[in-house]
Amino acid sequence: MTDRNPDQPAVFKAISRGLLRLAYGAAVALLGGCTGVQSTFSAFGIEAESTRALTWGMTAAATVITIGVLWLAWHAARTPAGRLDHQGGMRVILWLGAIGPTVLLTALLVSSLPKMRTLPTGADDLRIAVGGEQFWWRVRYLPAGGQSVETANEIRVPVGRTVAFALSSPDVIHSFWIPGLAGKVDMIPGRTNDLVVRATQAGVYRGACAEFCGLSHARMAFDVVAMEPADFDRWLADAARPAAGIDSPGRHLFEEYGCSGCHTIRGHAEDSTIGPDLTHVGSRRSLGAGTLPMTRDALSRFIRNPASVKPGALMPSFKDMPGKDADAISNYLAELR
Amino acid sequence: MSVAANTQPDQNDPAVRAAQEERLRAVWSPPKGLFLRWTDTNNNAVGIWYTLTAFGMLLFAGVLALIMRAQLAVPENNLVSASTFNQLFTLHGSMMMFLFAVPMFEAVSVLILPQLLGARDLPFPRLSAFGYWSFLIGGVFVAGSIFFDAAPDGGWFMYPPLSTEPSTAGIGADIWMLGLSFIEVSSIAAAVELIVGVLKCRPPGMRLNLMPLYAWYILVVAVMILFAFPPLIAGDLLFEMERLLDWPFFDAKRGGDPLLWQHLFWIFGHPEVYIIFLPSIAIFAMVIPTFAQRHLLGYPWIVLAAVGTGFLSFGLWVHHMFATGMPNISLGFFSAASEAVAIPTAVQIFAFIATIWAGRVIWSTPMLYGAGSLAIFVIGGLTGVMVAAAPFDWQAHDTYFVVAHLHYVLIGGSVLPLFAGLYYYWPLVTAKKLSDRLGRIAFWMMFVGFNLGFFPMHISGLMGMPRRVYTYSEALGVGTLNLLSTLGAFLFAAGVAVVVVDLCLSPWRQRIPRNPWNAGTLEWLEFSHQENWGVRSVPLIESRYPLWDQPGFLRQVDEGRYFLPDAEEGYRELMITSVLDGRPLQVARIGGPTPIPMLAAIALGGVFILTTYHLYWSALASGLAALAVILWWHWTGTSLIPEKPEKHAGLGIVLPLYASGPASSGWWAMFITMIGDATAFAGLIFGYFFFWTVHADFPPDPLPGQAGPGSYWPMVALALILAGWALTIAARETNARGQVWFARAALAVAAAATGAGGLAGLAGPWRAGLDPTLHVYPAIVWLLVIWIAAHAAFGVVMQLFALARSLAGRMTPVYDGDVHNITVYGHFLALSALITFLVIGFFPRLA
Repeated sequence: MTDRNPDQPAVFKAISRGLLRLAYGAAVALLGGCTGVQSTFSAFGIEAESTRALTWGMTAAATVITIGVLWLAWHAARTPAGRLDHQGGMRVILWLGAIGPTVLLTALLVSSLPKMRTLPTGADDLRIAVGGEQFWWRVRYLPAGGQSVETANEIRVPVGRTVAFALSSPDVIHSFWIPGLAGKVDMIPGRTNDLVVRATQAGVYRGACAEFCGLSHARMAFDVVAMEPADFDRWLADAARPAAGIDSPGRHLFEEYGCSGCHTIRGHAEDSTIGPDLTHVGSRRSLGAGTLPMTRDALSRFIRNPASVKPGALMPSFKDMPGKDADAISNYLAELR
Repeated sequence: MSVAANTQPDQNDPAVRAAQEERLRAVWSPPKGLFLRWTDTNNNAVGIWYTLTAFGMLLFAGVLALIMRAQLAVPENNLVSASTFNQLFTLHGSMMMFLFAVPMFEAVSVLILPQLLGARDLPFPRLSAFGYWSFLIGGVFVAGSIFFDAAPDGGWFMYPPLSTEPSTAGIGADIWMLGLSFIEVSSIAAAVELIVGVLKCRPPGMRLNLMPLYAWYILVVAVMILFAFPPLIAGDLLFEMERLLDWPFFDAKRGGDPLLWQHLFWIFGHPEVYIIFLPSIAIFAMVIPTFAQRHLLGYPWIVLAAVGTGFLSFGLWVHHMFATGMPNISLGFFSAASEAVAIPTAVQIFAFIATIWAGRVIWSTPMLYGAGSLAIFVIGGLTGVMVAAAPFDWQAHDTYFVVAHLHYVLIGGSVLPLFAGLYYYWPLVTAKKLSDRLGRIAFWMMFVGFNLGFFPMHISGLMGMPRRVYTYSEALGVGTLNLLSTLGAFLFAAGVAVVVVDLCLSPWRQRIPRNPWNAGTLEWLEFSHQENWGVRSVPLIESRYPLWDQPGFLRQVDEGRYFLPDAEEGYRELMITSVLDGRPLQVARIGGPTPIPMLAAIALGGVFILTTYHLYWSALASGLAALAVILWWHWTGTSLIPEKPEKHAGLGIVLPLYASGPASSGWWAMFITMIGDATAFAGLIFGYFFFWTVHADFPPDPLPGQAGPGSYWPMVALALILAGWALTIAARETNARGQVWFARAALAVAAAATGAGGLAGLAGPWRAGLDPTLHVYPAIVWLLVIWIAAHAAFGVVMQLFALARSLAGRMTPVYDGDVHNITVYGHFLALSALITFLVIGFFPRLA
């Protein structure tokens, strides 16, 4: 543990503050306050809604069974010797140990198996190919009959339409998880896995990588925006357009510092697709795969030292870049909307 | 004073008894002195070292968890770096699994199995000592890596490609693979020891259905280790071949598949959970009858349930892979199997509840831990049923929900029962009781701390917090829940600290009489290790609870009125009985104190540790040293010819002093070891066919470097190895008929044929110019022939060993254990050669 951060840990200050919030926070969390941007309880897709119902049903059953077993154990401990004879004991084992669980588990199996069925898809449905890469998401929209559109680290889906994700990875195993939309599916090198979803409610949500994938596994999230179909179509058409004709100092610096050696900005720089596509980066909600808010300051910070935000990120750091150059590039990127 | 060979000693005479005790004491006395005491091999000493070391590993891995909890107390914390955090959780999980849970089972079993069976020691005490030293060396190697910032950081499951890529995984991955492989070998050694112990070293009269339940559980768990660890060892082998030599077993670009590792890992990993959980249930099966003061209800139900759990646990592994995109049909099957395993578990729990119901309960400290453990385990079991439902698992998998689930299962189902066992068995080991007051204080701290710490994780997981994150965003809204988890973890740790204090105060406590809980099972015969011999005489068993049911039992044992009351020839002796009905078969002589096991562990450990640092020549030297020590061990310590063929064992029966073939414990040890070896081999063959199922073209197009080995050399190799096998059998048969010279010649030719067969096997891919770094097909073919060649080489060593024993007069037509045992090895070698060479020689023509 040689690389401990010299900053003072925030733990102790937080403990006292946290204690005050405990009672309130725990109550809120337990009483339906479990909603959140990345919560399975804030379901906005039919798969997640159906699983949420299963969750509540199983939780209720598990609570009843736990209380029942503990009550029985307590009762058994209080009963004087000899009240239960050998035959009675064997009946307890047979009915409560063997037959009861068999019936309950069969019921669970029968009710959970149909929920595994994949939604049917047609040739007209939107396909979105997502690649998990250390530590970001390559997203390519493949509308039926339309032009494919590449972007990164943000996923937009139309409400009410079936969407089929094709999930893969060029490096290590990742897992694609939008808790509010559907369960997770792994992205495995050499394979393409499918995930079919249908959003039911517009809103802004969040997804994350769920399979440990290296140093910045914790920094591999993305924003998810479910949109009304008409809004979505408009957005996709916008996203398909190349970047607007901007002529700012940042655009030249972007070339000068070699940023275009990895990043594509359609219409401006199309040499390489190693890193995330930045064509409309300014319109995204967050930076660095859900790590920082999309602000000019955050952009400058990220450009000069990505590893300080995302340890192990493959983007080289530009620690020697003068602040004004970084700001100029940030201004340029922020204008790419 | 000596006893005439054909008369019974008079056990009524106190002078006779005192003289017997003097001789027993001399024979069983432990070695003394600063260094020599570590050459002890008796289960009393080794069991205590083993237990304390495993407990130390628990504390160490627990401290790692506390650092993690401190880091996660608040969102965006910066107490430790991402790199350190990844090492912490990888080491925490790996240590708890490989260096605490499994070794602790083996440690406790080494310590108390002989007592449970009224035996004086385990059948292979030197093997237990070897297992302990291997565990210590491997454990310190793996755990110590964190102090050099070199600990493994790929998660305890080590998924490739993250852990195989040189750019993403440093030396930590090798430390994990090689360090833990070494420990897995020692785990299998312990499993062999315990299986033979349970099957062959029971006291006369103890039929299988009179065995204490703990012994049943040991048997089930040891068999599970025997089948579960070898697939992981096969996986480790593939993994290290990729890491060290760039053979692409898991590299999708060259035909490999990262999912093969996941299959091999979880075929091990899921049974592992039950390997951890069942021994703790076994502790309850001993504790509950004592504190209900009655026989356990439903003994056959519990045995069936334990066996059923062990069996089912091998059919569930895919539930760790529900999110990998497998077909729904297989998910449905594994979902059903995963739910079904709850049934035998429920049977066991309700058998315990029914026993408590029927008896009167004494509220002792062990029972308090038992009750707490039941409360926690039931919740963990039910969340386990929840994650067995695939749609729910797609949400919960790899989130803190699963972290909560597995800790409810493992702390409720393993750690708290171990504390129950600690408070229960401490008087057996030390003749002192632990403090009830401290025990109860510690219990409540642990119980409250545990629930405070882990219950909120269910919610934070479902609120979207993935596992294995070094920090999390405030936006998730799980900050308060995490703070609660951290507070709970520290309270739990404080409870453990109270137990440690209690243990440290123990030496100053009052001695207590034997069997303080008024238990009914055999282990309480023990006088708390005042005498190293275990039992004064090996009893005749007629009941599951002989101390309660057999009148005058204690007095008869103590007065030496049963078997082996004496050590008149000056040897450490054990009763060997038949597997099913506990009929006396043999009096076996076992080894005493020696540094050999320690030296063997050091030399073998050197092979693994030096390979980690790519010091291949030193590793080879260390390997040769290990081979030399092991041969010396076998030459001087096994199948020794006794000075007389048989002896009076007591109660008027006369038993042979030597056995060979299935009547002997050595034959069983070889057979069981080879079952484990064959399971590892099956893992490699599984790999071959796994690649065939995932690729449309396997074997691939016969391009240069990846065209198959042909059929010619594989068939030559097969013919030679089968010839060597047939000659070994011929040697066994002719030797038994007294045709010693014919047998010696057969062994010599067999060694030549077997060795040539191994080389001919290598000639196949060699002559075909197969390049194992090009594609996975040449790699797996090479690996299979190397496996066979290495086994053939060991076969040659064994055949020459038997030949040398015969020439030296240490193996005769009557005393022929060596040739029986190497024939067992030969059977397995022949079978695996048959499968390998048919597969690599002919399968490409069919596929």
